[in-house]
This record gives sequence, C-alpha cells and structure tokens, in this order.
Amino acid sequence: MHKEFLMGNEAIGMACIAAGVNVVAGYPGTPSTEVLETIAKENDGSVYVEWSVNEKAALEVAAGAAYSGARTLVTMKQVGLNVASDPLMSLEYVGVKGGMVVLVADDPGPISSQTEQDTRTFAEYSKVPCFDPSDAKEAYEMIFEAFALSEKYNTPVFMRPTTRVCHSYQSIDVRDYAEYEDHRPEGFVKDSKRWVIFPKLSYANHAKIEERNGALSDEFSSNERNSVTAGTVRKGIAAQGISFANVKDILDDAREQGKKVPALLKISTPFPFPEKLACEFMKSVDEVLVIEELDPFIERHLLQVCGKFGVSVKITGKLTGTVARSGENMPDLIAKYISDFMGWESSSCALPQTPELPVRPPVLCAGCPHRASFYAVKKAMKGKETIFAGDIGCYTLGNAMPLDMVDTCLCMGAGLGIAQGVGRVKPDTKCFAFVGDSTFFASAITGVVNAVYNQADMTLIVLDNSTTAMTGHQPHPGTGHTMMGEFTDKIDIEKILRGIGVETVVRQDPFKLDEAVETVKKVADEPGVKAIIFEAPCAVLFKPETPYEVDLNRCVDCKMCIREIGCPGVVLKDGHVAVDPALCNGCGLCSQICPCEAIGKAVKE
Amino acid sequence: MSTTNIILCGVGGQGTVLASKLTAAASMAKGLEVRSAETIGMAQRGGSVLSYLRIGSCSSPLIKSGCADLVIGFEPAETVRALSYLKQGGTVITSDRAMMPVTAALQGSDYEGSKMTDFLKSLEGGLIGKLVIVNTDQALADLDSAKVMNMVLLGAAARGGYLGQVGIEDIKEALVKKVKPQFHELNFKALEYASV
Repeated sequence: MHKEFLMGNEAIGMACIAAGVNVVAGYPGTPSTEVLETIAKENDGSVYVEWSVNEKAALEVAAGAAYSGARTLVTMKQVGLNVASDPLMSLEYVGVKGGMVVLVADDPGPISSQTEQDTRTFAEYSKVPCFDPSDAKEAYEMIFEAFALSEKYNTPVFMRPTTRVCHSYQSIDVRDYAEYEDHRPEGFVKDSKRWVIFPKLSYANHAKIEERNGALSDEFSSNERNSVTAGTVRKGIAAQGISFANVKDILDDAREQGKKVPALLKISTPFPFPEKLACEFMKSVDEVLVIEELDPFIERHLLQVCGKFGVSVKITGKLTGTVARSGENMPDLIAKYISDFMGWESSSCALPQTPELPVRPPVLCAGCPHRASFYAVKKAMKGKETIFAGDIGCYTLGNAMPLDMVDTCLCMGAGLGIAQGVGRVKPDTKCFAFVGDSTFFASAITGVVNAVYNQADMTLIVLDNSTTAMTGHQPHPGTGHTMMGEFTDKIDIEKILRGIGVETVVRQDPFKLDEAVETVKKVADEPGVKAIIFEAPCAVLFKPETPYEVDLNRCVDCKMCIREIGCPGVVLKDGHVAVDPALCNGCGLCSQICPCEAIGKAVKE
Repeated sequence: MSTTNIILCGVGGQGTVLASKLTAAASMAKGLEVRSAETIGMAQRGGSVLSYLRIGSCSSPLIKSGCADLVIGFEPAETVRALSYLKQGGTVITSDRAMMPVTAALQGSDYEGSKMTDFLKSLEGGLIGKLVIVNTDQALADLDSAKVMNMVLLGAAARGGYLGQVGIEDIKEALVKKVKPQFHELNFKALEYASV
C-alpha cells in the first residue's frame, strides 16, 4: 500500500484496475467521466476500455463480457441510467457470472444535469444491490467489496457516488502494483437455460432475487460500512454519502465543545436496506432526523422499519419538510438542521454588505464554432416563425443572451422529435433541431429515421466540432480513434443521413458567415427532412490563431459585435469596445459582423 | 489537531487546480491528511469556480461559512463572493485583475476591480486580519509570463505562514516533483514575487 492524493473518480478507477477488472465501457457524463478515463490511462494494457456510443450499448457490452466471466465496469451519470435501464432491468433477472459494477454518478443540486433523480431509488426498483460511498477513500475500498458481492450472488451491483464524492480529492492508501488482483475470465459457456430470458426463467429468478435481497439486508446489517455511533442523548441522526461526512464534522466539533450529541447512523449500502441495524438504532432513540440528498430514501425505510418492527420513534427529514426536498445539503444548511434538532444556538455572523457582484453564467468559449452556427441560423431565419429545438452538450449554452437560439432542451437526442412534434401542431413553422456530433451518434439517429419515415418537414443542424466537448473531449464514432488508442475509419454523418434517405445534406463552415446564412436560407426552404452539417473543430482543441484587435480610429462604439454574438473575447475596456487578446482565438466572427470594418487581425509589432 | 481551511476561488479556466494540488502534495509529504473539492463541469466555461482545501484531520472536503483560515482569490469579485467563508480575522490574498463577464459587457455595466479591492481594504483589521492584494498586471509583466499567477498567490500564502504547517520550502519541493524542469526557475521566481 502507498498513499496517493486522488479524486473520488480516480480512486474508483484505480480500485477497479487493482480489482482485476477486464472490460470497461461507458458514456461520458459529468460527474462520472473521470472514472473510465483513469482506467484507460493507468492500466498496464490488460484492460479493454471503450467509450460506447451510449449507456445502453455500454451496459450490453459489459453484460456480454460478464456472461463470459470477466470482471466488468459500466460508467455513466444518473440520466445515462435511464438510457441503460432497458438492458439493466432484464439483466438483474438473468444475472451475471463475472463481477459487474454499474457506476452511476448522481448529481444533487443539480450542478450539471437535467434531473435530481436518485439511483438508490432505481436500485430498489430494479432490485440491484447498491453501494453509496461517503468519500474517495470509502469509494476505493468499496469497489473490491462490490465486485466480490457481485460474483457471490451473480448480480450486477450499483456503485453510486454523488458529485461531491466524485470530484473531491483525498490522500488515501492505495494498493501497490504487486497487490493487484489478476482475474482471468474463462469465456462464454453456452447455457440457454441461463442466458436466454423467458417468462418462466424470469418467474423463477424473481423469487430467488427477492429471497437473496432479504438475506442481503441481514448481511448489510452486519457490514462495518453501515454503523451506529452512540450519542449522549436519546436523539439520533441518520445520514449517507457526503451528508454523513458533513454531519460527522459538525458532531465531532460539538463533542469537543462538550455539547450533548445525538447517535449517528451511517447507511453505506442503502439497498437492500440494512433493516436490523436500523431497528437497533431506532430502539436507542426517541427522535430521528434524517439528512440525505435527493430522495427521502433512508427516511422512507426507517418509517418502514418502525411499522414492521413496532418501534415508536418520531422521524423528521424531507417528508416532514424539515430538510429541503431538492438541492445539495451544503455544510451550513446541515449545521442549521442539527442546531434546530438539538436545540443548539445557531451561530451566524452577519457579513458586511458587499458591492454588487457580477453574475457569471457559463457561456460558449471565445472562438466556439457553435456561436457562429447559431448566429448564421438566427440571421437566416430573422422574421420567420421558427422553433429551435436544442439538445444536450456545450451548445445548450446557445440559449444565453444575446444568441437566444435554444427554445427547448429535454434529454439526449430529444430535439429531433420535439422539432417534429411542434411542426405537427403548426405546419407553417420552420422547425430546426440542433444536435452535436457525439449526441447524434448517441441517440439522434432514430429521430432522423422517424422524421424521414413519417415525412416530417424539418431542418436538422448537426454541430460537428469533432469531439465530445462538454465532458472534456472524449472520442466518439466520428472522431476516427478509440479509447484503446486505435485509429478507425470515421463514421461519416453525411453518409448516415443519406443512407436514411435525407436527400439534402450540406456541409458548411460556420465561420464563413455570409455563405453560412445563404446555405441556411436555401436549405430551410426545401420541403421534407434536410440537414446542414456545420463543420469546425472545438476551439479548445487547437492553438489559437492570431488574435483580432479593434481599430479605434474606425470603431464607433456601436457595440454591435457585443450585442449580436456575446463572445467573451470582446469586452468593454474603459467604456470602449476591445478584444481581450488572452481570450480571443482568432475565429474572426466579430470582424464579419462589424459594420465599420473596425475589427481585424492584430498586427505583430 | 486543528484543520487549516483554505478557499481558492476564481473564474473557470484560471487554473486554481495546480495551486491546490501543490499544497496538497506538500502537506502529504509532511504526513498530513488532505481533502479538497473542486468545481468541474458546465461552470468551468467562464463561470465562478471555488475549490476547498482542508489540511489536517476532518471528514468532509467542504468548508462551512466563517471557517476558512485563508481565501486565495484569482479575481477580485470572486474573492468578495467567497468572503462568507472567511473566519473572523482570517487572511485574504487576492489578484486585483477583474475578469469582465459577458453579461456585464452586454448590459454595458461598469464592473471594476478597484471597487472590489477598495471594499476588501475597508474590511482590513475587522473581518480580514491580513490582506494581500497583488498587482497582477505588474506581476505578470515583471515575471514575463501570463501563466504563473497561481504561483504568485500561493507563494504569498506560503511565505506569510498562512498554509498551516506547510511552508514555502515544502511548496518548492512539491513543485519540483510536479512541474517540468524548464519551468522551475520561473515558478520559483513567481513564488517569491509578492511581498507579504
């Protein structure tokens, strides 16, 4: 063992390598992405790692490998689990042979997600056992236990850290290379009674699963990760994950200050719920406060324990409105909950009134090609009845002022269907769907087939920046390389569209503004389903070109450049328009907008 | 043993991460426990970012309001935003260079860094026990590099003794291990630059 300073996601990745994982598949999504990247970077070449086209594909690849006896890991964010849920629901009934850990990162807040869904609740729904780590160290250690549990019971197992665990760093003990496990899968052994799901098999296995989960509840009750720390009063707090860590810090401080402290129940394996341990805890207290993020999962189970075992305890938490139903449990909030619960005086120091602070919403980067694409469509469609259906990726930020070019955003690939639906209600609307290249492959192709088959009238705009930008530039089928470092044929988006039957497909450089506007006008006027592929690489991937600068003799400070495109590289300096050379990457879009031809490439002195 | 709580704040893309990692590595080399947490994801695209760093024994990487011993600010308005974390009499080390958000440019608003630094100065001796404001434009011109602001600020913190048990020599040792040799001299100069 040796100490390393690791991010939670790195710790999980390193633990999987040390546990002898053989096959890893996933789809990028904050806050889960670094797990798979760590494994790809840090393994000795013996692990197969892929970014799959989406989470469903990833889970199915892993299932095949796990049927063959391989130790497998699947990674995704919580909304990715919705995509993977079809195979996962059935896989639980069929089971696995090699250990399978399904890493799903939840995102209380949400900080960078569409939903605040709770994978613990999904675990109960799908009957899949679930681990819920409270920090990077625990996440590291739990991985070994999760693989062991998976193989002992032939079931996939959830590992569900939340953002603050995924993205926090900690100095932790990790195994030396010599201590790594070596797991050699035997390969797929034919057995149709085991691997082919039929109603009869499902019925038989369902009964076994329920029985197993009952036994697992008892096993988890004696698992050291679930614990009760005694208090000095007949009150108790139940907590999980990062909330537990924050509660513990506050109670440790209180103990040091000589305050009376409540008992503390930590739940690290929420499903199957460790009922016996919870029951013992409940018997030691008269009142319980449950502090958890996302769903009131522990709270509901404690209520259930009360009824089942006849324990009379008052339980407060999310269901009583004592704890916020949504958002993160930040330490200040938790301190207030505990002070109120324990009747402590809450210490709040009044801050002096600060000057007005600038608001900093996230924006498209300087030189981002999406800005140019959105602007071209905006100009071309000026004065027309339109719908701009957006999608998931950096380009969701096209909704911000002044572009204001995203009317809807729902989930990966949904923009295509939404554009079609809007058109069905009001056929004279010019319907646009914007989708990025990675999202196109992940889940937009079926939307195109649907549109062509059902003869929709819409324009698909593919924003092809040759990468998965928002999550940190992962490769995908159109990039020409894989996570194993191999070069492959790029899958051509134009050919796919033509293969489906989209007759008009135009490739266009969005930075040639006038040309791009004409292309949009022309293509949008055609009937049926048509597509424009705006091609320009992500601005972050390339060294900036010579920055532009403002010729103060020509500039009349009309600020049209700022008002029209909102590029962070164009700023106000002492009341005048200026280009920030540190941010400008030389895309030249602003120079094409300036009515006075006052913006040009900077001349080197 | 007491915990040293540090907040590093700025705007996405300013690179608070290396400063935080160096401090962590230096602390670990001294056998201290370290925890930190960072903003990753959508907010990195020009949004406000905040890193927590805790040296010593604790369970959570997050810091409560009024509990930070030190706030290192890479942008003056972000420093002011993070003040709620500062404990009474704590230390603030900040850059004076304002980063104008797009929204401010759009509204033609007059956000200026000096408003923020003036406000910080007004708190000196009260909430702020020790205030160090680094003239960033001057520093970067003197050091002839746009990329070492983090080391200037971190160096000020280490030499002032505000990183708990971690001193400037510890930071330098960690730096030698993390940074390519050709950048050592520049970074050392940056660490020694600001007067504390």
